[in-house]
Amino acid sequence: MSEALLRIQNLDKSFFGVKVLRDVGLELHRGRVLGLVGENGSGKSTTMNILGGIHQKDGGRIEFDGREIAPQNSREAQALGIAFIHQELSLFPNLSIEENLFLDHFPRVSGALPFIDRRRMRERAKAALGLVDLDISPGTPLGRLAQGERQLVEIVKALSREARLIIFDEPTTSLTARESERLFTIIERLRGQGIAIIYISHILGDVIRLCDDIVVLRDGQVVAAEPTSALHIERMITLMVGRTIDHLFPERTTKPNDDRAALSVRGLSQPGTVKDISFDLHRGEVLGISGLMGSGRSELARIVFGLDGYESGKIAIDGAELPPRSPRQAMERGLAFLTEDRRGEGLMMEASIRDNIVLPSLPEHASPFLHFIRASELGGLAQKMAEKVHIHARSLDQMAVRTLSGGNQQKVVIAKWLLRRPSIFILDEPTRGIDVGAKYEVYKIINQLVGEGAAVLFISSEIEELIGMADRIMVMSRGEVRGFHDRAHFQREALMRAALWD
Amino acid sequence: MTEASGAWTDTTGGIRSRPLRLLRRILFSEYLVLYFTLFYIAAIWPFVPEIVSPTNLEDVFLQVLPLFIAAIGLMLVLMVAQIDLSATSIMAMACVVGASIMSEQGGYLAGSALAPLAAIAAFIAIGLAIGALNGVCTAYFGMPSFLVTLTTMMFFSGAAIWYTATHTDSGSSIGALPASFVEIGYGGIFGVPYAAIVTVVIAVGAHLALSRSLFGRWLFAVGINPRAAAISGVPVKPVIVGTFVLSGFLSSIAAIIYTGRLEAGTPILGQRILLDIIGAAVIGGVSLFGGSGKVSGVFFGVLFLSVVDNGLQLLGLSLSAVYAIKGAVILFAAVTDALRHRVLEKG
Repeated sequence: MSEALLRIQNLDKSFFGVKVLRDVGLELHRGRVLGLVGENGSGKSTTMNILGGIHQKDGGRIEFDGREIAPQNSREAQALGIAFIHQELSLFPNLSIEENLFLDHFPRVSGALPFIDRRRMRERAKAALGLVDLDISPGTPLGRLAQGERQLVEIVKALSREARLIIFDEPTTSLTARESERLFTIIERLRGQGIAIIYISHILGDVIRLCDDIVVLRDGQVVAAEPTSALHIERMITLMVGRTIDHLFPERTTKPNDDRAALSVRGLSQPGTVKDISFDLHRGEVLGISGLMGSGRSELARIVFGLDGYESGKIAIDGAELPPRSPRQAMERGLAFLTEDRRGEGLMMEASIRDNIVLPSLPEHASPFLHFIRASELGGLAQKMAEKVHIHARSLDQMAVRTLSGGNQQKVVIAKWLLRRPSIFILDEPTRGIDVGAKYEVYKIINQLVGEGAAVLFISSEIEELIGMADRIMVMSRGEVRGFHDRAHFQREALMRAALWD
Repeated sequence: MTEASGAWTDTTGGIRSRPLRLLRRILFSEYLVLYFTLFYIAAIWPFVPEIVSPTNLEDVFLQVLPLFIAAIGLMLVLMVAQIDLSATSIMAMACVVGASIMSEQGGYLAGSALAPLAAIAAFIAIGLAIGALNGVCTAYFGMPSFLVTLTTMMFFSGAAIWYTATHTDSGSSIGALPASFVEIGYGGIFGVPYAAIVTVVIAVGAHLALSRSLFGRWLFAVGINPRAAAISGVPVKPVIVGTFVLSGFLSSIAAIIYTGRLEAGTPILGQRILLDIIGAAVIGGVSLFGGSGKVSGVFFGVLFLSVVDNGLQLLGLSLSAVYAIKGAVILFAAVTDALRHRVLEKG
């Protein structure tokens, strides 16, 4: 076996006296892909941040290309040939692709003058974009590109700096299925060129498919480092959470109620987003909506909840029509909406847990006179809801939700709706970006709600999740319904094919 | 108005050595601006001992009142991450229209016993109307509030001058206001000025509304994250319009007090105080990015600026020097606030 490109040994790191990494070690060879998995807080990001020069190690040894390194900042790491592609991309949407690529090393007209050689920059950018099959004019403003294309630009940027190791941190969270496929092809190609890759993701299926070796971290320690062939998903999860989750999805014993539909949508159309959507959602039922980003699934959710308008069609709750464009009315009729954008739309990140939980319920707990809030009554209810969904926090009113983990933040969103005792839940990507343990808890909460007679519309881009949780799956593509699949006939390929319909 | 709106998360840093800890306590105290005020008075006391004389203190107190009312209005707008530059033009417009109604020399209702009441109604109606215009343009037409209120400021400042010119011979001011109206300016009952009573009622009302009422909680939510607020059923647009309407209303109340003191309707009423209003709110810790603000903080901000202004005038400085120093003081306060936040974020 050849000499390793990267060798990490006995890495230690503490933050504020808390040890977050103990004795972490791993090895990576040229032209191989290493998967790094673990729950949030298991030390994946810290390890990578040390490698990328963002944090400094307390102890241990990092060898890169046979030399010991200790990058003090991201610039030093880049100079060594280590590129870090973050979840949130570090590109400027207001600049063009080429300007983004050459931001810190613009080709100059001559060595002495501070003028950019636009023509040379264009040529070099074009050649570089060709490496990832991105056929777009380099002068296009980055803001006009789709998420997946921006990611490719970021990769090109890394390649233009002659990166020998590229770290991908959750690269697919904001990509559509097709964009992800494209990214995987590019990663395969980079591997063929002898570039080493570290791939971090919560989507274990992708990790297994893509990686040669997998390192599992738990509580800052390496609990497994094996070739992919020796691992399967169930075992990876067991290693990650340190306990056995018998099944990925908790068992549900209750059956949907076949009476009148709780939520009934007929012929719903809005030009440019959805076309002729019809479905019924019953009490005690989980109706999954599968579709790629841009298939109209989130737009449908927003219309049903009254956030956006529609041109034609009908939405009825328990047989009575729901007026359009009024979230307040929808809420009063028992609807709850968990959005896909937790940080941007679900929570007030700077406010406390309690203030977030009580927000939708304020009008019902205001006195008739001058609308003063009955704060202690609401506080008690918030406390109860927080306990019900097991939010792990020292206190409900001292900490900003910004400081919570993704899973806990999502539980705050769930709690804020539970306080209203809704009967119909629209859940748009409820498990996005949260770790395996928290996902399992969210599934359990969903089952509990359905068991108590709630109806759940479950939107997800993870097909396994829908297969595990839904009673029926409605597949959407290009704003239209492609078909319904019953639990008895769930088939991954058929669902995928329907979603990718062209 | 001591504690307000404590519902929103407060984070404080770790513990260091004792003097540092004391410094931290002072720096992060919500009374920091008050400490600055006391320090300032102590610093210039040797040069102008009359700054602590009862008459001067009363002067400052009376000066603070209407400014405080207008600054509370601006605070509400700042809390939803908008801005209102039109406060002074609302004052000017309301002032000249109100005066033209009740003036005893050619006023529309000259001599009528109801004239002062009608004039007060006109003041308030103008404040509400211009506030509503600002709010609707901002919330429903999606225009930047900076642009909207800048243009309403220009329009109504100009309109007030035109209005005065068409209602007087001299063209500069409308005098001969009824005595019962002028009484509002400096009069009072049992030695308590009317202006003080009105101010306290408004301040307490604003404090209670912010900390306890549905509207107050909605205001914070819209200021922190309007998209999350909308999805949680908060009527975001009406709340934004509401803040502008309240701001307009409070400006008109301030205008009534100023007009009573001037004993005349003039389009240059309040011309110089726009910066004081904004400065007081910012010094008082109201974030320009929305989501935070306290009535008590604004009070300290107004007090600080008024004391600085008063002290500089007692020192006999020229108007331009007063302006320059006040500008520097506001900048200093803003920088301190920014540094404070940076330290807080680092923990």
